[in-house]
Parts: sequence; structure tokens; C-alpha cells
Amino acid sequence: MKNVKHPMDFYLRMDRMPHIWCTGCGIGLTATAFVAAMEKAKLDTNKVCVVSGIGCTGRFAGYIKLDSFHTTHGRAIPFATGLKLANPELKVVVVSGDGDLISIGGNHFIHAARRNIDMVVICVNNFIYAMTGGQVAPTTPLTAYTTTSPYGNFEPPSNIPQIAESSGAVYVARWTALHIRRLTNSIFEALNKPGFTVVEVISPCAQYYSRINRLGDGLDMMKFYHENSQIKHWEPTDNLYIDYQKEIIVGKFVDRERPTYSESYKKWLGE
Amino acid sequence: MKTNDKGVLTGTHNLSGNQACAEGALAAGCRFLSAYPIPPSIEVIERFTQRVKEVDAIFIQMEDEISVLAAVLGASWAGKKAMTVTSGPGLSLMMEHIGLGVMLETPCVIVNVQRCGPSEGTPNSPSQGDVMQARWGSHGDYEIIVIYPNSPQEMFTQTIEAFNLSEKYRTPVVILSDESIARMVEKVVIPPASKINLEPRKHYKGPKNKYLPFKYDKDLVPPMVNAGEGYKFHITGLTHDEKGYPVMNEECQELNVHRLVRKIRNYVDNIINIEEKNLSDAEIVVVSYGITSRTVDKALKQARKDGIKVGSLRLITIWPFPDKEIMKLSKKVKAFIVPELNFGQILLEVQRCNYGNAKIRFVEYGHEEIQNPDPILNAIRSLTK
Amino acid sequence: MKFWRKPLDIDEIKIPKGEVHIIKDRCKGCGFCVEYCPKEVLEISEEFNKMGYHPPYVKNPDNCLNCHLCEMLCPDFAIYCIEKVEEEGIIA
Repeated sequence: MKNVKHPMDFYLRMDRMPHIWCTGCGIGLTATAFVAAMEKAKLDTNKVCVVSGIGCTGRFAGYIKLDSFHTTHGRAIPFATGLKLANPELKVVVVSGDGDLISIGGNHFIHAARRNIDMVVICVNNFIYAMTGGQVAPTTPLTAYTTTSPYGNFEPPSNIPQIAESSGAVYVARWTALHIRRLTNSIFEALNKPGFTVVEVISPCAQYYSRINRLGDGLDMMKFYHENSQIKHWEPTDNLYIDYQKEIIVGKFVDRERPTYSESYKKWLGE
Repeated sequence: MKTNDKGVLTGTHNLSGNQACAEGALAAGCRFLSAYPIPPSIEVIERFTQRVKEVDAIFIQMEDEISVLAAVLGASWAGKKAMTVTSGPGLSLMMEHIGLGVMLETPCVIVNVQRCGPSEGTPNSPSQGDVMQARWGSHGDYEIIVIYPNSPQEMFTQTIEAFNLSEKYRTPVVILSDESIARMVEKVVIPPASKINLEPRKHYKGPKNKYLPFKYDKDLVPPMVNAGEGYKFHITGLTHDEKGYPVMNEECQELNVHRLVRKIRNYVDNIINIEEKNLSDAEIVVVSYGITSRTVDKALKQARKDGIKVGSLRLITIWPFPDKEIMKLSKKVKAFIVPELNFGQILLEVQRCNYGNAKIRFVEYGHEEIQNPDPILNAIRSLTK
Repeated sequence: MKFWRKPLDIDEIKIPKGEVHIIKDRCKGCGFCVEYCPKEVLEISEEFNKMGYHPPYVKNPDNCLNCHLCEMLCPDFAIYCIEKVEEEGIIA
């Protein structure tokens, strides 16, 4: 053990480790996938910004050694919009949770996709509000228990890829945190694609979601997601609803071309 | 630092308050406006968007006022001078990011063209109802600078001043205007770019690897860097340490919250801008701001003609409040008159600083009423009896 | 390694060898690396790290093919592998 420096340390704020994510959480895996994708894309790390909202995934920005912004709840996308428009050289990545991006920030998500602002959105979906102790989220599957749905959730969940596609995102993919190489590849593709790109990561919440629903520990959830996920590329996004402890369809669903906001802005202003 | 000549529309123009505000922003080097249309502030957006191409600026109409201010903060961290413009209901939505702006010490300007409230109220009527909201609206303890011009010319100059203050103290600055000033068309003299003083952003100068986002200088203001310059900094709206990392302890509370307050309070004398008229021999002082101060001028002229010793104190900076000046005056004068287009907001501040020394008479203009000097004049006369 | 028939390019192909490094004190004991290592190189140890978790240890170091899956699957940046330089190079 001569060399105890992890190859990813260069991209991480090691002075802040260990991170706050629990044992068996998938957000750490999203971080490794993101770092690996960034390395693969050979991006100039000085020009990459990470913006996060609030929540477990909201802490992502704090552990990545880039210009990183931990903003208010749900507002990572508009903050990133300001960054990107004011300095088009920047590569802006928004990493946040399902509650942050789809619930409180849902409107911003829709409109940034509509404008096709050049940014990568990595949405870590753990089906629950974990930072606040396990409340029902917009993505909580039907019948799942949470602290605020003690009789089982009866609100139909959001289908993130469908929202993204119908709003105008140019790239939409979904993987579980365990599909680490495919996830890395999707983030890599998203980083290289101009426009609003969305990668949804199904992540186990080993503390709250699993405990209240008796799903075992992080490893058990991982195994379950792994065994019950089906790769179906180009699956129509309206088939992508996730039912409680049923099959999860993963894959790359959308990859299309649309002019980005900055391109159109320049074109219409006649530059 | 000189302004970009293109942004400065040197000359004498007939401009409305809103248009003058947009011109002031451009002259101050503002190149990013994000807004959501809301009367009576729309002319600022319209003027700015018409000039976007000329000056190579960016305008984006966001989906709501929450995202508007978030985008402004983002643009400010990307190195652009940024502002937004709104009215009461929009300001209510912006409160979240005024707090974030204060916490992240982000220079930006928020223009609030007030309308009658509460809620949707009367979109196209003047009011001064947001005076306290501008100061205390966001949660937690903080200090903020609020400027209240009273003419299109001042809308121009004070918008530039607002940008300078926000850069100097690294804080959001609010400009309050109201429907009457916003739509009043008057002569506005715009000086050449070389005559406009601009405060440059306090940029960090040391070695890159030693940069700490919240390590402050003697003036309590930390130097800033922009995203994409290679500093790889982290900032958070949580209570943080010098590095910008979230830490919840007493020391960081001191570093953050106390310093954020002190960096304004310690420089109150440099920030506060008031206009005094006939105060030397005054027995009655009218404390006013914004559109009401113009009514006051008229009343004062008449009262002086009648031989009443009356003076005027006009607040251009309303927050931080000029405590000292009011306190000093309270020992000297018989009475204060406070006319406002609300039910008594600055009145409370005057009462606080008065310590019961002088009499205080509040002149309340009901919302939406055409302003008239008579009620002020009557108040002055009643106090002389 | 056994083959049905001898591959034609067996002289050129090198099977990579990896060396797994574990930064014990970063580990939170989730067990992902142990579970998903395709060559069963790792196993959870009995010892405690300074956070009180059981970090993995390298049980079968010779099995490692330097696939980096453990590195990618570690949420705590606590494990990584580097290529082992072989003197012989060819394993038939």
C-alpha cells in the first residue's frame, strides 16, 4: 500500500470526505460515474460547473472539485441557466434529486428543456425525500410507504423521461446506479451533446425508502434493481412509469437534434 | 474603470422612470437582465431588450420570478453585472434568492416598481407598500441596501449607484420605484461614459490554489472570482466557513451572519444618501421619500411662504435607515411629519429613532389616490397652532 | 486458463492483471465491491476501520483482471485497482 491516492481524488474535495451519503446509497456511484465520464470526455475541468439544489443529491456539488454551487431548493436549473448564458464557454452540469428537480423545481425543468439550454441534468431518483427523513416524493411509486404516506402512496408518480421528452430535452436516458458503465457512457454522451440532456439515475435509498418498505439494505436493493431492470433502448417514454417493486425499464430513450437556446439567440440577433 | 461607450446614451432625453432605469443599468455595465413581465415595470424590460443587440447583452424572460433571480445570481457568478426588475408580487417570489444572494455575497440589482397590494392589488396604481418587505422580506437576519429615487433622472443615476454599491459591498441592492415615477416622463441628462464612475468588481489577486471564497479583507468584503477561471471554488447557501464548505458552528455563524450584517452596518455613513432642505432653522421636518417627496416640495414652498419654519429630509437610501440623522433632528425640532403612500412603514422607523423627543404626525395617503400637497400642508399648519 | 482450442493470437494477447488497493478508512461497508466483483477477489473482513465499518480485504489477489468494476462501484472512493506489470506477460 505505497500509493493510497485514489485516481478520482483529483476531481474530489478530499478535505470534505467522508461524504454524508449513507452506506448503500447510489449517489456516490453517480459521483464516480460522473467523474469517470468527465475524465473520458477530456473536458477542461476549469470550465465545468456543477450546480446542485437541496437534498441528499444536493450535496453533490460540495464534493466535486470544480466550480460548484449549492443553491436553493429546486432552483439549480435556473441558476445554471444564468451561468451558462452569461458565460457560454462553461459546461454546466446540474446534479440533483427527484424532489428537487421534478417537484419544487418542476417548472424550471420543463422550461429549461423547452428552451433547450445547453446543460446536462443528472437526476438521482431514489423515490423519496431522504434528507428530510423519508417523506413522499413526486416519484414515489404507488402503494409504497413513506412517513407521510403511512397507508401507502396513492398519488401516481411522475415519469421523468416522459416529462423530459415532451418538454423538449434532446437526450434522455435512465439507468440504475448499478449499471455503472452504461451510466458513465450516458453521462459521457450527454456531456458531449449540445442542448438539454437528462440522465435519470435510479438509486437505492438504503435508509429511508428501504427501511419503511422493508426492502433490506443497500445491497439488497441494488440486487433487486439489477435483476428487475430491463434494457430497452428507444422505448416510448410513456411506458416508463415505475411500479412499486416491479420491472424498471432502463436505456437510452431519446437522442435528437434541436437548436440550443444560445444558438438561436445568436441567430436571431444576427451575430 | 470606464463604461463601455456603447451602453451609454450620452445626451439629453425625455425618458420615463422605467426607461431611465434601463439606461442607467446599461450605463453601469449591466449586460444581463432576466425578468418576468409584470406591470408597472415592463418598460424597463422593453427598453433593455431593444438595446440588447447594440450592447451585446443577454436578456432572458424566465418562467417565474423565482427562477429570474436565480438566473441573475448565476450570471453574476459567471462574471456579468446582472439585474432584474419586477413589481410587488414578483418581489414576494424573489425573496428566496435575495436571501441566497446575501448569503453568497453576490452583487446584483433588483428593481421593484411598486404597485398597490396586497396580493395582485391594483397593478397600475402607485404605492409605497413594499418598503418593509424590501428590508425584511427574506427569512433570517440580514442587512440589505435599498435605494428609493424620486425622478427619472434619479432613476438613471441611482441605478448606476446601486450597481456600484452592490459591487463594493458584494450584496444585492434593491431599487424601489413606484408606478408614478416609473411612468413619469422627464428630462434625463446622461453624461458621457468617461464621466460615469463605476465600481469594479473586487477580484481576487493571489495565487489560484490559495483562494478561499469567503476569506474577507479588512473591509469585511471577500474578493470574488468568476466561474470558469480555474479556481474550482465551492459556495453554498448553508452557513459556511472560509472555504465555502457548510459548517454549522458558532464560529461560522460569526463569520457568516454577523459579518454579513457588519459589512453593511460598519459602512452606514458611506452608504446612506439623504437630501436635506431648509433644515438649519426648521422647527418642523417632513421626512419623505420617492414620489411623496415631490408632493412635499410643493407643500413646503407654500408653508415657507406662509412663514412657517419647515424643512425636508428626503431619504434616497431608505435602508440602512439614517438613524443618526433622525435622532439628531429629534432633539432639535418640534415635530416630524411623515407622509407615505402606505399605512405607516417608514413612520415606524422615525418613531423608533425619535425616542419620544419630537411630535410625529403621519400623513396617510390612501392607496391609489392622486397625490395632493394639501394634507401635508394641513398637517404642517395644525402643528404650528 | 483452459481453452477448447488454442486461439490463433494467443501469443499476442495479454490477460491483464490488476492489483486492488483498498483505502480502509474511507469504506462504509456497503459490500457492492464484494458482491459484484466478477472474479471474487474481495471479501468483507472481520476488522473495523476508524468509522466502525468492516472494509473488504483482497482474498484472491491473483484473480484480479484489472476490470475496475470495484472502483466504479464504490460510492466512497475507497477502492481502486492499478495494472500489475507482469514479467512474463503471456498466460496460456
